[in-house]
Amino acid sequence: MLAMNYRGPYRVRASQKAEPEIQHPEDVILRVTRSCICGSDLHIYHGLVPDTRVGTTFGHEFIGEVVEVGSQVKTVKVGDQLLVPFNIACGRCSFCKQELFSNCHEANPEATAAGGIFGYSHTCGGFDGGQAEYVRVPYADVGPMVIPPDIHPDDAVLLTDVFPTGYQAAEMGGIRQGDTVVVFGAGPVGLMAARSAWFFGAARVIIIDRVEYRLEFAKTFAHCEAYNFESIGDPVLFLKKQTGYYGADVCIDAVGCEAAGSALQTITGTKLMLQAGSATALHWAINSVKKGGIVSIVGVYGPTDNLIPIGNVVNKGITIRADQCSVKRLLPKLISHIREGYIRPREIISHYVPLEEVSDAYHMFSAKLDNCIKTVLIPPSAKR
Amino acid sequence: MENVPEKYKDIKGWGIDVDPANNPTYPIKKYNGDDHNRLNWERPPLQLKTVEILTSVEHPRLPAVFGTPNPPRGLSGALRRFAFKFSESEYGHWLNLLLADRINVVEGVIDDLMHGHIPNIFAEKGIKADWKYNRKELVTKAVIAGAAITVFCLVTSQRKKRKNKRAKS
Repeated sequence: MLAMNYRGPYRVRASQKAEPEIQHPEDVILRVTRSCICGSDLHIYHGLVPDTRVGTTFGHEFIGEVVEVGSQVKTVKVGDQLLVPFNIACGRCSFCKQELFSNCHEANPEATAAGGIFGYSHTCGGFDGGQAEYVRVPYADVGPMVIPPDIHPDDAVLLTDVFPTGYQAAEMGGIRQGDTVVVFGAGPVGLMAARSAWFFGAARVIIIDRVEYRLEFAKTFAHCEAYNFESIGDPVLFLKKQTGYYGADVCIDAVGCEAAGSALQTITGTKLMLQAGSATALHWAINSVKKGGIVSIVGVYGPTDNLIPIGNVVNKGITIRADQCSVKRLLPKLISHIREGYIRPREIISHYVPLEEVSDAYHMFSAKLDNCIKTVLIPPSAKR
Repeated sequence: MENVPEKYKDIKGWGIDVDPANNPTYPIKKYNGDDHNRLNWERPPLQLKTVEILTSVEHPRLPAVFGTPNPPRGLSGALRRFAFKFSESEYGHWLNLLLADRINVVEGVIDDLMHGHIPNIFAEKGIKADWKYNRKELVTKAVIAGAAITVFCLVTSQRKKRKNKRAKS
């Protein structure tokens, strides 16, 4: 089958590899019909996540058709069209029972600090991902969901990660009616977080980035105020002024480990790799939130250390909430929101690219060429 | 939500999830105390181990499922095995894994060549997308690189000539 193949930092290609096989009685094999490149895929594409082995197939946002089922799969059958949350979850462990599906204890031998994630390095379990024609999906009865017939496939593929992650960012912010919410990062997750903040009754939503076309898109898609941090001076001071020298009620870090904006963070975080990525957005979030405010983190960071003003967290009494998204938990609610017409996630898709051109798709997304916001890869077998 | 303030009437869905009782919210909302029983849940069937799987020393048992592609091998594999002797809290774990990743890139090129495949690194880096959407910068970079190489060659050849002259005289 054709699959995306990681060859090293900034180097990927589409090449033939063996089709996946059932390895566990609760597995299914899926013929992928759509898969996305996620912003967090760029961190592994850039070589920032430890134990990313050459030959790995990335891709944790995908949908497809079931072509083979394991002997103990009960609810899913051949021919079903599934959307597959990016987390691999057993549904039985203590963490799954608390709906912490991204923290399942039965899906990742290589690390306890992360759950199992499709196509996201051996640090997240060593599973191949869905940027391929076929993919192995463990625990098929637990995480995956048959796509309701009234849900557009493009909305379905965005329900596997980006929309739930953005929504959870807002949810973890504990937003109360009338709050001012600042979202750092106008990428796909930041856009969804800003859009979702209104669902919780925010009075004001501000998004900060430096990519002008994304900020323009944010104004229309997320109805928020959008500012380029390269033209507002010190973003923390700017946000203090914007909030009457008080600070935002909630700040969301939707950027993660490759944030721009601080030479020190960039050099030590992403160039020299002396810390687990550049934590500029998190630094700004902590310093921009009000005393007693909440910082919600969904941006992805590496497993070692980061330079953040933890003293300010203590002195300001800030609550930090963070986790990888528990997708399965949110699906019923978010599908309902799509049905009710409150949001059309697929509006953020800017490019459809054949899987054969995966090298160009990654570079285009990474370098933000052609006003790229969200790329969907279409495998050749899906065209038939 | 009923009675949406006039200011937010244009924002579809404003206030639909307002829930004053939503605190503490995820990830501690569904805490059930089951944690105190530690690792005692009824485990799923266990996947058969067919390749070498490195396991965190903080993980007392292999989880029920795991990925099998790309098991550790070669020099990078040896380094990964060494890295897994350290806990996830130690630099010895993560920095050795990062070093193994870089070694693995070289191994990948060697592997390609041994299989008769010459990797087209420019194509793998998405040069076609650059040519299509970022041509000016691509050409500028190529010109700068070409100029730098030319200058380097000229300087090197002149030095050689001078050396040869000195040697003759």
